[in-house]
Amino acid sequence: MRAAADSLETIAARAPALIRARGLSKIYDTGSGEVTALKGLDFEIYGGEFVSVIGQSGCGKSTLLKVLAGLLPCSAGSVELNGKPLRGPTPEAAVVFQSPVLLPWRTLIDNVLLPIEFRKLPLASYRQSAADLLAMVGLTEFAQRYPYELSGGMQQRAAIVRALVQDPRLLLMDEPFGALDAMTREQMNLDLLRIWSRSRKTVIFITHSIAEAIFLSDRVIAMTARPGTIADIITIDLPRPRELSSINTDRFGRYAAKLRSLLDAQGGML
Amino acid sequence: MTVQAVDRTPVEPSVSEARAGALRRYPQFTISPAILVALLAGWWLVTDVLGTPAYILPPPEDVLRAAVGGLSRPPWDKAGYWYHAGITVWEALLGFAIGSALGALLGLVLSHWPILGRSFYPYIVGFQSLPKVALAPLMVVWFGFGLEGKVFITAIITFFPVLVNMMAGYQAVEPERIELARSCNASELHLLTKIIIPSCLPFLFAGLGVASVLSILGAVVGEFVGASAGLGMLLMQYNQAMEISPMFAVILLLAVIGFLMNYVVGLIERRYCFWAQRANVAART
Repeated sequence: MRAAADSLETIAARAPALIRARGLSKIYDTGSGEVTALKGLDFEIYGGEFVSVIGQSGCGKSTLLKVLAGLLPCSAGSVELNGKPLRGPTPEAAVVFQSPVLLPWRTLIDNVLLPIEFRKLPLASYRQSAADLLAMVGLTEFAQRYPYELSGGMQQRAAIVRALVQDPRLLLMDEPFGALDAMTREQMNLDLLRIWSRSRKTVIFITHSIAEAIFLSDRVIAMTARPGTIADIITIDLPRPRELSSINTDRFGRYAAKLRSLLDAQGGML
Repeated sequence: MTVQAVDRTPVEPSVSEARAGALRRYPQFTISPAILVALLAGWWLVTDVLGTPAYILPPPEDVLRAAVGGLSRPPWDKAGYWYHAGITVWEALLGFAIGSALGALLGLVLSHWPILGRSFYPYIVGFQSLPKVALAPLMVVWFGFGLEGKVFITAIITFFPVLVNMMAGYQAVEPERIELARSCNASELHLLTKIIIPSCLPFLFAGLGVASVLSILGAVVGEFVGASAGLGMLLMQYNQAMEISPMFAVILLLAVIGFLMNYVVGLIERRYCFWAQRANVAART
């Protein structure tokens, strides 16, 4: 955290933190004993930021996301969202899961509007914004199709639209492109940056790809292996809008080397 | 065979390929009828040609004559098949509706509230391992010779496959779907009606398919132990009179009814559960 102190302060001067975690810990009580998934996490996320969380498999990345989504209570410490203690899921945070989790019996538009139904909001007033969001990701002509008629990339784009339709302040993404092939994944990264720059949501993005984390993020939180703690938070000072060609720059390479050494210091492999 | 034909006559492969394609694509219209013809021929061979006594296996033409005789009478004629078939089907349908509705509902309740599920589980396993048919004589004691006993035994028999499949379906609901609902602050009712119950439908229909066939079994067994009408009662009457050909005709009629019941369940499944089959086809190709 020290390394990023300067830029953190400049960001902090602009706005109060959207998320503030203090001593965040999560202990699972499995049948055969306790497992510490997260231990003493301190961090802030500011409004409009794109922050990636990177670490080895089993380092508690997904647990962290579920805690921030209010799906899991934390065992110790505190999480504040917008200055209020986080107690359960809120309309301010929407989740994009590893798999698209589209319901096969619903058309795309009905899948996208599902959160509105769950939150008992007036469907009619969200139809237009749902259509606009589908247009933004190029799925307009698939609105009345069923998920099985769509490719994996299209399904995941629909899942992002489903998260955005509730107009949350915070988008929590749990390795959303992990199941996609490399080409589709690059395209999805570009699409995501485009969506993010237009909607100015705050994004917390879980990944195990160093390149993906650097390419997308303002800051990258590198985590240690179990128990998950924060190894370091790296500020990515690369110009935006970013192109795929920025991956080949020296600065990108230095960030990649730094993150690689941080993760390798954990003694595992990625 | 097809490959050889293609090799020898390179001009005609399209015809033989089309024929092989039709066989592969529509086996129900090509190979299935061929199997029926082979079975009938075998039946005819062992009876008419090899001379198996008619009281053991009547020849097909005798059974056909009995079937035509039974089916040509009007539905209100108690000597014909339609009247008895109507009663048996009515008993089966009522029992099927009650048994499967209770099975689906209880399966959902026992799965959704695990404390109930775990409390009742030993009794469900115990009752399921009981041969339900053994309860049939008791039905006469409880309900007499009327409709209720047959409906009751059918309901008990159809209850279990639906219950078990519903519980399996609940276990198979993707946890991410439930997390999605929870992350949107979905109510418990919405979680059930918009996520869990639709997710269970493919399993539920598998149970209903089994139950639809078993429902005929339940009605017939109920009629065996005591009834004044129905195809099961008719079977017992023919049996006591040693009229074997009409017995075979009634047995075949029961098979057709069971097949049709299952077919109707399949039609309903295709209407309300189309997405499961299409998703599977999409995954295989």
